[in-house]
Amino acid sequence: MAAATASRSGLRSALPLLAPAYLWLTVAIFLPLSAMVFFSFMTELPLSGKPWTFTLGNYATFFSQSLYLTLLLASLRLGLEVTLWCVVIGYPAAYVLAKVLKGRSREAIFLLVILPFWSNGLVRIFSWAMVLREGGILDTALNAVLPFKINIDLMYSYPAVIIGLVHSYVPYMVLTCYLTLQAIDDSLIEAGRSLGASRLQVLKRVIIPLSMPGLVAGAALIFVPVVGSFMEPRILGGRTGTFYGTVIEDQFVAVFNWPLGAALSFILLAVVLVILAVASPVLRRAA
Amino acid sequence: MATTRVLEWLGRFYIGLLLAFLYLPIIIMALMSFNVSPFYQLPFEWTTEWYASLWQNDQLIAATWNSVEIAVITTVICVVLGSAASLALYRYEFRGKKFLQALLFPPIAIPWLITGTAMLIFFFGVGIGRGLHAILLGHVALALPYVIVVVSARLQTFAPELEEAARSLGANQWQVTRRVTLPWIMPGVIAGGLFAFAVSFDQFVVSYFLATPGQTTLPVEIYAAIRKGFTPEINAVSTIIIVVSMALMLLTARFFKFGGEK
Repeated sequence: MAAATASRSGLRSALPLLAPAYLWLTVAIFLPLSAMVFFSFMTELPLSGKPWTFTLGNYATFFSQSLYLTLLLASLRLGLEVTLWCVVIGYPAAYVLAKVLKGRSREAIFLLVILPFWSNGLVRIFSWAMVLREGGILDTALNAVLPFKINIDLMYSYPAVIIGLVHSYVPYMVLTCYLTLQAIDDSLIEAGRSLGASRLQVLKRVIIPLSMPGLVAGAALIFVPVVGSFMEPRILGGRTGTFYGTVIEDQFVAVFNWPLGAALSFILLAVVLVILAVASPVLRRAA
Repeated sequence: MATTRVLEWLGRFYIGLLLAFLYLPIIIMALMSFNVSPFYQLPFEWTTEWYASLWQNDQLIAATWNSVEIAVITTVICVVLGSAASLALYRYEFRGKKFLQALLFPPIAIPWLITGTAMLIFFFGVGIGRGLHAILLGHVALALPYVIVVVSARLQTFAPELEEAARSLGANQWQVTRRVTLPWIMPGVIAGGLFAFAVSFDQFVVSYFLATPGQTTLPVEIYAAIRKGFTPEINAVSTIIIVVSMALMLLTARFFKFGGEK
């Protein structure tokens, strides 16, 4: 009875506090996303002065020209590869942080690992350009050490894009895996060992299954933005850096075909939502 | 147990390698901003020339001020609106509350490319247009969910009996909020504010789609400069913003810990 009264009067008291924040989110996020869906079915922007009609043509363009599907697949592959590298590099580091290091050194190193992703992402990508180009730091350093002459010019290549993106996103994987690994009770690991399991068996049967939510959360946090990335491929990939994201960027800043850009964005959004929906049961089990 | 020793030592070595990978390009960029050669050639020769010419670059300076101003205004708006919303979500029970909380995740989870282009289309369509005001509108929306999540997390540690005690001692709702609740959530509010500042100050994608040639922010200006060609001034300004961003993150970390201790 008391609870029912509280919940009826609750909204009235809560509304003045909630309304400004949610109005802002509506105007700047939810209405724009809805507008994007709407515009993607138009032939022209309604404000451009030209006559417009509804059309499925923008979506037909996506499905009829193999270029777009190819690029979407290339972006998905890029997302997958970057995510895998982040697992391979980040998971062992998270394990060492959670189970090997102790006390102050753990805190300090944890902070050092997550510190870079608070610096500007664009600037960090740009800094790789100096390392990777011919006559750059990597090239010069290797030639100074090695007795024979080699040419390292990774700039404007697919590996350069992978390196830059892994560098940008690996802290997410370390962070999410660290949080789940730290929650695993050490006595579980000891119990497994004392019952005769090898280190590898304990890793496979105890540690990895228990830290799965962290792995999935990290993978989702990395995969989704990488599939939509355009700045990193542009700067480090040069001509080889054409991906789905760069094509969307082009529709808005170079070709000015906004309705097609909206359709391409919406397709990407749909793909992203499906992926998040697939990942969410695992995440919810963790919570 | 010798194996354990060796494995632990290997683990430490591995963490060292990871840190080298993470910091190498950043350190090299900072060094190159003090190098004479504008094409980043070695050997290294010390100069502060690029920092000096940065001062002369009015376009970059103007963009930097725009970035700072937008980040500060974003922080203030987000802290006020976000704290109010968090309090409401904490204090009151009503239908649809779960839904409102779930609505905070799309702005965080959807790639900025999609959010940014959607804002461009909508703002253009309804006559808000592009420019600094549009960038501010977008930044607040991007940072607001983070502030609400951080302040709400702090509120979870709050004991509602404190509010009841104050009320039973004769304090009205406003006094309770100002004298009891706000001081308690302050570390969360400050951490949320730092989050908001960082989200806005480092934001590139959304600003990129909403900027116009005269009204732009630092990251957008840097992107344009990188695509035109290498300019050492960009190294200098990048080094400055990396130092500022990392200092902010260290502050955030301090406040988070502060929040956890109490």
